[in-house]
Amino acid sequence: MSQLLFFSLSILTILSALVVVFTRKPMYSVLSLIVCFFTIAGHYILLNAQFLAITHVIVYAGAIMVLFLFTVMLLNLNAESDQPKSGKLRIAAMVAAGMLFVTLVASIKSTTLGEFSLPPASDNGFVQHVGQRLFTDYLLPFEISSILFLSAMIGAVVLSKKEKH
Amino acid sequence: MTFLGLMIPLLPLMGFLVNGLLGKYLPKGSTGWIGSIAVLASFVCVLLVFKDLGAAQTVQIDVFNWISFGKIDISFGLWIDSLTMIMLMVVTGVGFLIHLYSIGYMHGDAGFTRFFTYLNLFIFFMLLLVMGSNYLMIFIGWEGVGLCSYLLIGFWYKNDAYNDAAQKAFVMNRIGDLGFLLGMFFILFHFGTLDIQAVKELAPGLTANSTLLIGITMLLFVGAIGKSAQLPLFTWLPDAMAGPTPVSALIHAATMVTAGIYMVVRSNVLFAMAPTTLTFILWIGVATSVFAAVIGLKQNDIKKVLAYSTVSQLGLMFAALGLGAFSSGIFHLVTHAFFKALLFLGAGSVIHALHGEQDIRKMGGLKKLIPVTYLTFFLASLAISGFPLLSGFFSKDEILAHAFEQNKLVWIILFASSMLTAFYMFRLVFLTFYNDFRGTEETKHHIHESPWTMTLPLIILCVLSVIGGLLGLPAVFKMTHWLDTYLASVTEPSAALLHHGEPLSHSIEIGLMAFAGLAAIAVIVFAYRKYVSLKAMPEEDNVLTGLPKLISNKFYVDEIYESQITKPVFRMSSWLGNFFDKKIVDQAVNSTADAMGTGGRSIRTLQSGNTGAYVFAMVIGMVILFIIRLLI
Amino acid sequence: MDQTAQLVPINWYLLLSTFLFCIGVMGVLFRRNAIIILMCIELMLNSVNLLLVAFSAYSGNSDGQVFVFFIMVVAAAEVAVGLALLISIYRNIGSTDIDVLNKLKW
Repeated sequence: MSQLLFFSLSILTILSALVVVFTRKPMYSVLSLIVCFFTIAGHYILLNAQFLAITHVIVYAGAIMVLFLFTVMLLNLNAESDQPKSGKLRIAAMVAAGMLFVTLVASIKSTTLGEFSLPPASDNGFVQHVGQRLFTDYLLPFEISSILFLSAMIGAVVLSKKEKH
Repeated sequence: MTFLGLMIPLLPLMGFLVNGLLGKYLPKGSTGWIGSIAVLASFVCVLLVFKDLGAAQTVQIDVFNWISFGKIDISFGLWIDSLTMIMLMVVTGVGFLIHLYSIGYMHGDAGFTRFFTYLNLFIFFMLLLVMGSNYLMIFIGWEGVGLCSYLLIGFWYKNDAYNDAAQKAFVMNRIGDLGFLLGMFFILFHFGTLDIQAVKELAPGLTANSTLLIGITMLLFVGAIGKSAQLPLFTWLPDAMAGPTPVSALIHAATMVTAGIYMVVRSNVLFAMAPTTLTFILWIGVATSVFAAVIGLKQNDIKKVLAYSTVSQLGLMFAALGLGAFSSGIFHLVTHAFFKALLFLGAGSVIHALHGEQDIRKMGGLKKLIPVTYLTFFLASLAISGFPLLSGFFSKDEILAHAFEQNKLVWIILFASSMLTAFYMFRLVFLTFYNDFRGTEETKHHIHESPWTMTLPLIILCVLSVIGGLLGLPAVFKMTHWLDTYLASVTEPSAALLHHGEPLSHSIEIGLMAFAGLAAIAVIVFAYRKYVSLKAMPEEDNVLTGLPKLISNKFYVDEIYESQITKPVFRMSSWLGNFFDKKIVDQAVNSTADAMGTGGRSIRTLQSGNTGAYVFAMVIGMVILFIIRLLI
Repeated sequence: MDQTAQLVPINWYLLLSTFLFCIGVMGVLFRRNAIIILMCIELMLNSVNLLLVAFSAYSGNSDGQVFVFFIMVVAAAEVAVGLALLISIYRNIGSTDIDVLNKLKW
């Protein structure tokens, strides 16, 4: 049952990812990336990480992708604006990515992973547990990340502001 | 006592600072008085110290601990004993008189303030030199006076020839200083200290005349050769006459050039332990004395004659040191400081009266026109010539007596040199002051006696030149030799090491004195006949032939140095500069740079600026890294 | 649900995220539009996130999940600034084509 679920989710993930890369229209890319992110959220739930699944949907699908969507619409990009690379370069790109995949898989195969026995049912992924970790062991990084956000916000505003002449 | 001792060098230093830093805000002319009073105050301190300090007493002032590492401990220390006292009195006393004289002499000069600034700095360094309690302190003073000498020789820096003279003096002194420095290193290495008193106590423990001691003393003496203008490094001193005349009097006659003698006497125990060096010093001194005296015969520049005379007299002092007669050397140093400073100041007064004329062929007949200068100059010439009962007579005679006692040949040469001195000094006097004036009427009209600031020092120095001999009356007069007794605490340790011959009997000594005195008078009379009665004139330079020409051109020593040393050094420098530096060093550097440039130009096409290409390269790189990881 | 999750071997997750990562890399090489490239980078980031969560779940240690949380924080900031930069570039040169943006050399 769970294997079936895994496979169907995986196929969806890979397909939507491929669409992101190969479609000519930026709008399609964005939309299929949203689909891809939803399937990854599904994987998180499958892995018993409910908190992350929710955060993932909110942050990525809700915030980041909306930002992408806005940008694409704002710049009024369409298929014509994105000329594909020449045939040789496309083949080179695919070959390079394929080689990377092959070598990575080969590396994984040659690596002996530690024994991952089946753990007892845990509530590691629940909000309560992750929240506790965040506000105790990881309090400082958590606070610092708020500063990061603040500076990113200011940076974004400054950069995208229209320059006065 | 410590306070007074400290004030002695500090007062001229303060004068230097005030004049140097605030000089341009002070009223014009006041800077000369500030400089003079600083030295006078220092002289007063010296006298106060002298009053309280017995002959055998010493004062040690450690201002602060200066260099301290490992076993080496060098303090910034001052040391006062009888030898220091004598030198202090000469430096500050004669120094003050020359300062006073300079107020009149330098009046109206654009560099008036600068002149007194330098003079005070010089006095400060000279005092450090004579008061230093270790060789490093002496070295500071040694270098400092060299610097001031350089600054003052080139005082009128707009004249290139003067600048060259200053440089020549500086470079020649450097050669000697290198010897001094090396000697110091050897002392530090073998004795573990630079403190003069410590070295003095350690030295007698070593083997006499060992290579080490000969080496150290020879190196120290090389320093003295440079500073005191002995053969073969004497040529800078006549050229140093480019400086203002008070400078010649102070630095190049009375004080700085005697630093070498002071240093040798200061380390007399070391030198006494190395008789070979003493013999060397003796012959260098004797040779210099007669060599410079011969050159002096044919010089026509009033200051050049005095310069060669100084070289000659310094040679005489070194001969005394070489004979082991340290106190006699100091005695002659003191009397020489009096009459030579006076001679220079008198010459300055003559030059002042004639508005810069220095050639004695254009003088003459000044006797009536500038009587004070004439009288003092005449007495000083008598003193230096060894006229009986004047100061030079006693000090010279003492040296000659020592020579007679130890080595007859040395005595003969020194006696000849002394007679030559008498001759060229009176040649100078008669040509300058007697007969008729040989310059233009215009000049003659303006001749006037110098102001009191100039004549007062002349008179005081004249009195000192006449009575200076009282410092060291010989034993035959049944009086104590004051200087000898006073310096005993310094020279005694070495006297024990040197075994002198039998002292001369009183009859021989009186005989020698009478002989020398009569000979000097005879020479003076001969000079009078030649230059006054017969009105002989020095020939023009271009009609001279043979030996006189050789002498007049100073035996071509400068030319020989020029062709044998200076030129080859220049040739080597230009070879190094034009060939070695340009062809080899620059070539290596430039071709490295060129190779980098060429390489960079060919590689930079890789930086296309295309992000895609960069990412592609990155991915390929990752793949390669993984493959390498897998294969290994 | 707890039991079922464990029936999937961890190697499968490894393969899945490797594949997703390679698709991301290919996208970066393949496309010329800077916005799409940025999206592909997000894809690569997510493949790593997935792997982190997988290892975290399989080893029973929640540190991995906290890390994923922080990665999301950084990614969000990065996208905000990155898109702002792109808009600024687009305003200046009227294009987001990376082949046009080749001034960064020498």
